[in-house]
This record gives sequence, C-alpha cells and structure tokens, in this order.
Amino acid sequence: MRKIRFTALILAVITLVPIFASCHGSRGLDPFVMPEAFDTEKEYEITFWAKNDTNVTQTRIYQKAIEDFQALYPNVKVKLKLYTDYGKIYNDVITNISTQTTPNVCITYPDHIATYMTSPDTVICLDELFYDEKYGLGGSELAFEGVEYDEIIPRFLEECTINGKHYAMPYMRSTEACYINKDLVEKLGYTVPDVLTWDFVFEVSLAAMEKDEEGNFLVNGQKTLIPFIYKSTDNMMIQMLKQKAADYSTEVGEILIFNDTTKEILQMIEEPAGVKAFSTFKISSYPGNFLNAGQCIFAIDSTAGATWMGSDAPLSDISEDKLVQFETVVRMIPQFDVENPQMISQGPSVCIFNKRDAGEVLASWLFAQYLLVNEVQIAYSQTEGYVPVTSKAQNSEEYQTYLANEGVDNDLHYPVKLQATKLLLANTENTFVTPVFNGSASLRNAAGQLVENVTKSMRRSEVVDDAYYEALYRDVSALYRLDKNISYGEGREDLGNLPTAAVCLIVTLGIAWVLIGTSAAIEFAKKRKK
Amino acid sequence: MKKVLLFVLAAMMVLSCVACGEAKEDINAKSEGVMTWDEYNAAAIDSTVVVEAYVQAKQGYWEKDGQGLCTIYAQDGVGGYFIYDMPVTKADYDKMVAGTKVKFTGKKAEWSGEVEIIEATYVILEGKYVAEAKDVTALLGTDELAKSQNMFGAFKGMTVEASKDADGNDVAYLYKWNGAGQDGDDLYFKVSVNGTTYTFCVESYLCGAGTDVYEAVKALKVGDVIDLEGFIYWYEGVQPHITSVTAAK
Repeated sequence: MRKIRFTALILAVITLVPIFASCHGSRGLDPFVMPEAFDTEKEYEITFWAKNDTNVTQTRIYQKAIEDFQALYPNVKVKLKLYTDYGKIYNDVITNISTQTTPNVCITYPDHIATYMTSPDTVICLDELFYDEKYGLGGSELAFEGVEYDEIIPRFLEECTINGKHYAMPYMRSTEACYINKDLVEKLGYTVPDVLTWDFVFEVSLAAMEKDEEGNFLVNGQKTLIPFIYKSTDNMMIQMLKQKAADYSTEVGEILIFNDTTKEILQMIEEPAGVKAFSTFKISSYPGNFLNAGQCIFAIDSTAGATWMGSDAPLSDISEDKLVQFETVVRMIPQFDVENPQMISQGPSVCIFNKRDAGEVLASWLFAQYLLVNEVQIAYSQTEGYVPVTSKAQNSEEYQTYLANEGVDNDLHYPVKLQATKLLLANTENTFVTPVFNGSASLRNAAGQLVENVTKSMRRSEVVDDAYYEALYRDVSALYRLDKNISYGEGREDLGNLPTAAVCLIVTLGIAWVLIGTSAAIEFAKKRKK
Repeated sequence: MKKVLLFVLAAMMVLSCVACGEAKEDINAKSEGVMTWDEYNAAAIDSTVVVEAYVQAKQGYWEKDGQGLCTIYAQDGVGGYFIYDMPVTKADYDKMVAGTKVKFTGKKAEWSGEVEIIEATYVILEGKYVAEAKDVTALLGTDELAKSQNMFGAFKGMTVEASKDADGNDVAYLYKWNGAGQDGDDLYFKVSVNGTTYTFCVESYLCGAGTDVYEAVKALKVGDVIDLEGFIYWYEGVQPHITSVTAAK
C-alpha cells in the first residue's frame, strides 16, 4: 500500500510540475553572455536581412561588405537576404521569433525593435558589447579598424535607445526635404524663401489652382497639377506636432495624439485638400513623378529619395516626353517657427538577434560593427541623400571631396542629392525622433491616417466638422488599437486580468494541494498517536 | 397519333429555344442603382461608384491588421474595372473565381494614371462571364486605348526589345523595374510594335514564379516576336499585367 501511495505521489508531482512550468511561459533563449574570446576555428553562418531602395548599387555595397568581412574572418559566412520594404522585414522577423529562426543581423527601425523585444532575450542589448575591451567598438582584438564609440554621431546613437539601453546601432540617416519647382513659384509671383513656412506653401499652392477656359492650369498649361504632395503623411503630422511643441505620446507609451493641436493641423489641410491643391502619395502617387512632369510645385519626400527629384534626376519613372525642364531647389520641410527649425531623423539601424550559441552572436556583432567602417559608410551614403552615421566617415577626405564636387555630374554628384545630404549635415542638431515603445509603430501609422482621412474626406466633399473629428479620432484609435494598453520595454506588457478559466484552474489546484496536505497531516497525526 | 407526336416535338423545340434564350446572360445588364460602364467612366474621381462586373482574375489574398484584402481585375462587356485592396473574407475570396459576377460599391480613384475602385464593398451575385482577350494592338499609342483600361487584352506580333540590366548589359527582361530584384519579384520587359516601345510587366501577385507566363518571360530572347495577353493596367502610361506569352502566330 505504501508503495502504491508513493508511486501515486511521484506521478502526481511529475504531472503537476510541467503544468506549473507551462504557466510560466514557453522557454525562450538564455540571456547572451559574452564569450571570453572569438573562436576563429569554428565555422559560423550568419544571416543578414537588409533593405535596399530597389537600388542595385546598394546591393553591391552590401555584397562587397560581406566579401571583405569574410576575408577578415574566413570562418564566418554571411548570407544576405534583401528586402525593399521595412514592413516586410518586420513581418518576417515577427513570424520567425516564435520558431527562433530570426536573422542574426537585421536592418530595421527602433519602433520595430520595441515590438521584437516583447519576446524576452530576443534582441541583444548592445551596451555591454560596445564597451568590451577586445571586441567592442574600437576593440583590441578586431580584425579591422573599427569605429570608436565616440565616433558614432551621438544624436543618431541616442535614437537607438529603448528604455535607456542601446538595442541597435545607426546604419544610415536621412531626413525629409522639400523639392521645389522654383520656376513655377516665381511664375506665380513668389520668391522661394530660405526657410519655408506651412502658410507659404499652402498659400502658393492655392494660388496655383487657377485655370483657363479649357481647364488647363494657368501656371503650367497642363490639365494636371497638384501643387503640394507629401510622400509620408505620418512624418508630416509628427513633424508638425513637434514644431508646435504639441503632444504626441509620452516616453512610456501613453497616447496623446488625439488633441486639439492635431485638429488645428488637420484643419489647415482642409481647404487645400478640398480643392486638390494638396495630396498625398497614397492618394495620388509619387511626388517625384508629378514634380518632374511639371505637375507639382512642392514635393516632400525623403532625402534618401533625392535621386528621383528634378528634371535631370538620375532615376525617373516617367517617360522622356513627359519630363519638363525646370530649376529644382531643395529646402528643409516647412516650419511654424523659422528660427527654431525641427525635422525628423530617419533611416535604417542595425540590430542583432540572440542565439543559443554565444559565439554566433559575437560573430554577428563583429559583422554589425563592420557596417560602420568608412568603406561601407561612405559608399552607401553616396547612393542616395543619406548621411554616414560616424564622424570618422563624415570628416574623411574622401567624403569631403564627394561633398565639394556637387554638380560636377548628374550621377554620383547629382546636385539635388548633394543638396539634400548637406541639408541634413547642417541640421543634425535640429532633428528629432519620436519615443519608441511597443505600439509606437501603430501610433506612427495612426498619425498618417489622420491626414489621409481628412484629405480624402475633403476631396469627396464630405462634411468635416467637430462631429467628424470626434468620429475620426475614435475610428483611427480603434483601427490601430491605440485604445488598448500599450506598454514599454522588454517583457513588461500588462496582459490584464487572468481569464476566468485560468483563475478556476489555479483555485482548484490550490484546493487540491490543501486537501492533499491536510490528508497527509491527518495521516501523520494518526501514526504519531499509534 | 403522329400529329400529337409532331405537336409535342414542336412544342419541345419552341420551349428549348426559349430556355436557351433565357440562359444567354446579358453581361451588360445592370440592377437598379448600378452604373453602366459609361456612367462609371464619366464619374468624377473621388465620387462613389456602384458597378456590377465579372471577376476575370485576382491578385493574392493577404491580411493587414487582421483584415483580409484582395485586388481584382473585373469587366463587363463594355469596359474594365480594377478593384484595389478590397476588404474580403478568405471564404468569399475563394468564391470569386474567374467569371463570378460581383456588385462593387466604392470610391473612384486614380493612382499614377490607373483608374481604380478603392474602399470597396461587395455582394456576390448569380452570373458568369469570362472575357475573351480583346485585341488592342492597333490601339497602342492612341488615346483610345484608355477606354480599354483594365480589360483583358491581347497584343499581337510584338518584338522583344533589350532592357539594360544592373551591369549595363542588354537583356530580355528584368527582375523589378531596374533589375535590382530576384526570382519571384515582378518581371519587367520591353516590347515594340510600329516603332514604339512599351514596358510590360508580369505582376508577381497575379502570376508569380513557377507560373507558365513567369517562366515563359524568363525564356524570352531579344528579338523574339510574340503574342501576349493580359490586363491593360496603367502606371504612368500603359503597362499591362501579362498573363500569357506565346510565339507570334
């Protein structure tokens, strides 16, 4: 009888332990521990998921960086997977987290990293790696002349912090610029100011809408004209709010965007949107296509899209017969306060994913660092209006010569691209980023959706009044789940109250254990009495 | 008896003819409140449009924020419709096979010259019609071609022209518009007729890697003379989404 009881007890324990263990959650990866040394004898294969702008030169730069790195570390093989869309990288990473098949190194945005981090120990915190004497930034055991910590532009590095720690390194930086058809502005009787204001852009845009009897716009003589087109409306709203020092979100993820200043900004758009003097990429198409056809006056797009802008742009999506010759000037995005300009900082960053083999993570870290060497930084930045993220690259003779040669050709030294690059270099201290938290990517989408919806509603002659804005805020908030709890950082998501079934199970288990304990105590007492 | 039999047979014949007549569907007939294609064509951009048309092809089903979406090429006997990113359930997406009649209600929009219906809702109706490809070769380069936008069209006797790949080499096709892509991406290639060259596309969401047309385009050589079929899509000018390629007859 005793044997049976003992066996039953053992079986009960064996049965219950996994139940309690499973309540704790699925087993993830152990936290990364820095190895003493990098094993150069062991073979490593690491995957690198990168984004290019459908630009062959960018692909080649990645490939050359990989070849050069592999020559330095022959035991490391880097497999490149290319994307043309950050969103697809994000989706694929999310899909692969549960199966622990994430890439080793990934080009991404901090907003996305914040979501990856909801799975604990998935993304490597780089702070310890930065300062490692042997393999850290500028470390003694690196097989190449690595960049020092102080050589990464502080503003850009700061953008890679989440909850006070670095989870990424900047790879390239860009901002937005306004590409202007100067000829059309002057034909309308205006002069392009050094710093644009929103009022100026909207005023000129409205003035351009006059047509002749045949329906041609007077300013360009064509049937088509959208004077002001914004590519990224999420950036538009975010920057306008920042310039007005208005609320957007707190650092810890409290959503504040649905406020009166946001409404004022949207109301500014109403009139130009209603007469189709303002439109967006999502509604009409690429600003550059309209600009180059003489059908747009103010085209706002990334500086990393500068090679598409202007009559002599190296890249173009419209046929030769549609191209119109005009003088393109580049300005920072419009401002509310011209004395204190503010513009967004954007561009790819690089993060590292945790793996079971710490040596594999170290190999990934070495490769990630290699992406910051001058050869990679300068070459990649020249493919578009990007800026290198290290002072070492920015101050190099090679890069300075590149900047000085603005306009000597319409390819590598295409003046619009160089002007866009210089715009960011001159305004690095005027850039900002928005707080990063789990849900910040959704908030960014919501910011753009507000602009898109108001623009569409005005074009469709819908009633846009107070009731409309109330409904708009409610709908957009629900669409992007901003009315739900959003939290901050790694593994701290508030999941709310336990489901009733789970509570019942736990209570039942507790009662069972109490009964078992009581029974055992009674048995024990009986034995003592005997 | 013979007279009776003759009468019965004659009656059956008449009834058969009537029945056949009823089975012949008027593909241009519209329900109450539904626009004809001409009315749709005349409708202003951003206005609400209601059309009935027959699905001819669809791009792949995908989900965004938990909502299923699909893009549909549809037409009636007069003109074509492109229904972009319509919210749809997977079950209904599966029902919308080629030929299915559907009522679409949405907003008319134009994106880079492509006229489309966005924010559409739908009702699946009874009816079936699969269009024959309309030969629009002679309309290439004319304003008239725009009236056939989004219809299933045929292009005959087109000559494959060279495209420049990333290394500056002459090739018959490119992965992505500039050759920066890889297998599985959209294919772009140039074809000419009457001295004018056009860019055609194999849209990977419509006909991806492994489909006959995708592999056929990869086998093209500069100078080949071919017949093509596909949907008369627009991107900064005509840029058809090709569904078949064969040697010119």
